[in-house]
Amino acid sequence: MSGDGSPPQRVRVTHPRTVAPRRAPLRAPTREIDEQTELGAVYMSSLVRSQARLALTVCVVVAALLVGTALAGALAPGLDRIRLLGIPLPWLVLGALVYPVLIGLGWYAVRTAERNERAFAALVRRR
Amino acid sequence: MTHGPASVVAVTLVVGATLVAGSLGLRRARTTSDFYVAARSVSPRWNAAAIGGEYLSAASYLGVAGLVLAYGFDMLWYPVCYTAGYLVLLALVAAPLRRSGAYTLPDFAQIRLGSPVVRRVASILVVLIGWLYLVPQLQGAALTLRTQTGAPGWVGGLLVALVVIAAVAVGGMRSITFAQALQFWLKFIALLLPALVLVGVWQHRHDGVGAGLPSVRHTTTVDVGAAITVRVPREEVLDVRGSVDGRAADGPVRLLRGEHRLGAHSRLTLRPGDAVPVRSGLPSQRSDSWLRPLGSGTAHPLYASLSLILAICLGTMGLPHVLVRFYTNSDGRDARRTTLNVLVLLSAFYLVPTIFGALGRAYVPDLLVTGNTDATVLALPERMLGGAPGVWLGALVTAGAFAAFLSTASGLTVSVAGVLTQDVLRRRVARPFGDGRARRIRTFRVAAVAAIAVPYLLSLPGGQVGLAAMVGLAFAVAAATFCPLLVLGIWWTRLTVAGTVAGLVTGGVLATAAVLVTVIGDPAGGWWAALLAQPGAWAVPISFGVMIAVSLATRRGIPPDTARVMVRLHGPEFLADELRAADRSTG
Repeated sequence: MSGDGSPPQRVRVTHPRTVAPRRAPLRAPTREIDEQTELGAVYMSSLVRSQARLALTVCVVVAALLVGTALAGALAPGLDRIRLLGIPLPWLVLGALVYPVLIGLGWYAVRTAERNERAFAALVRRR
Repeated sequence: MTHGPASVVAVTLVVGATLVAGSLGLRRARTTSDFYVAARSVSPRWNAAAIGGEYLSAASYLGVAGLVLAYGFDMLWYPVCYTAGYLVLLALVAAPLRRSGAYTLPDFAQIRLGSPVVRRVASILVVLIGWLYLVPQLQGAALTLRTQTGAPGWVGGLLVALVVIAAVAVGGMRSITFAQALQFWLKFIALLLPALVLVGVWQHRHDGVGAGLPSVRHTTTVDVGAAITVRVPREEVLDVRGSVDGRAADGPVRLLRGEHRLGAHSRLTLRPGDAVPVRSGLPSQRSDSWLRPLGSGTAHPLYASLSLILAICLGTMGLPHVLVRFYTNSDGRDARRTTLNVLVLLSAFYLVPTIFGALGRAYVPDLLVTGNTDATVLALPERMLGGAPGVWLGALVTAGAFAAFLSTASGLTVSVAGVLTQDVLRRRVARPFGDGRARRIRTFRVAAVAAIAVPYLLSLPGGQVGLAAMVGLAFAVAAATFCPLLVLGIWWTRLTVAGTVAGLVTGGVLATAAVLVTVIGDPAGGWWAALLAQPGAWAVPISFGVMIAVSLATRRGIPPDTARVMVRLHGPEFLADELRAADRSTG
């Protein structure tokens, strides 16, 4: 502020932070996260919890799929007599059919994780 | 071998293409960042193909079919879990790992826990797993050149080692990304095309594996190199020239059911209808059992299957060469999408080795005599087609196999060399200022030579364990060490330095001990052998348990910036500007 000259010259006064006022509400929650305030911890842990739930769901489904298939072979020994297109059912399942299921689960995981992140961003930016 | 020249041409082409791709990369690698991580400008599709190229090793290309031929249905768990491992990786670590900004696993350990001790332990483990994984690649190269051209055993591995050193040391990571992506497609096509032809031929002939003991379709001679012990599954008369059980033989010999010793350089002639003798150590089950779940003829097949599922699904995320590749994604979201692309590519690829394995049981069961079943993929085209088509498809398969060895070996070499550079050589050789960049690159080149020379020497004795099983052991070590580090590091805020070190050391020592006993020793059989051959089911929970228990016991040791790191790992990048602005204004 250089206002000590004798003739009080006109000085154009502009708001020094033209962008900041609009960004302030954006920054506040992230600053809270960064400063590790209690509110910030709540924000972050809500995201981490939703992502962890997703990760756990996918892992449990994969485990159930694979372990279930392995146990089915042990508990129902006659499965290999069922043939589709001349191929024994267990070979068809583990040799081919399991792969689309894995891809489907992967697609679900990607979509849900991105949705969780968008929800988190909306939560953070709302304030 | 009749198709030696064609295979030599094929191998030469692959080697030449790799080197050209490497030198193209050299022109583009301008900064140190380019050199190490392709400047983070690789799209998910390219990146996924590159991951696939790096990941599909000798184990996938040759090993799976060999195991399927010998053991049957139970071995399908290998390809399924090699793929499912990426789903687990996608769900648990892909995006946070990318967001951590770690280039190597030791980097991740340091970022998360801020401890040089953890970093050092992680570095040792990266080198250990990398070497464990490199050995079967070099053995596969030796096997391929020996089978296809008759070259001595030490040539194949040396060739791969030299090409990798040239390509890696000259071009760095950038070149490797393009070369790897290219090699995925080369491998896929080189396996898919012959498979389609062979399935067509098989459909035409309507041959099946049958239900009885495996036997050849046409009279086949088997040359035994070094003396071996085989199990004859039923009493029969076989034509042997050489020696059996210490007695000279030249013509039909009556052999009782049980084990027999074939002298060095014996020649066995198998006729259609003869039950194929099986190298001791491999199961000699009938084909109806071979077709059935848990019919692999080994002890405790259900335990083996379950332990294998755990080890491979959780071990994938701990493979050093795969993690480096995640760093080249532009953000966490891209890392996830890349992983999904990888799942698609691997799913397509892994349909094929199973076909080779099953056809192998029908057409090349004589490989069971020498136990050289890893050669199934290589031998099948010539045996089924014969003539020029057999030779050319055989050469194509050989080219793909070399692409597999080169790509995996170079990926592993980059990661092991990266760790050696950062944690072993840098302090001694490089300086932070002055011509630091040139020095760093020079150090990296020295490290690359060290990274592959050691496993080459280890690969020379040759392996008794199949390629895929050997790689499975490397997965088990990764699952027992880096999987708990990554999963707990990303999802659990109470992890401490002491807990991490305790878990890494426990898991590393237990899994490595099991691997060494299985590979070097010869455990007698029964439960102990089954537990040691598949250490995943016990080593992984123990490692997790130790890491959690010790962390809980040393609560004061929770790193002070854990919450901040968690924000970095899980916070989406599109909020990064806000996060950074907040960071500046606060401090």
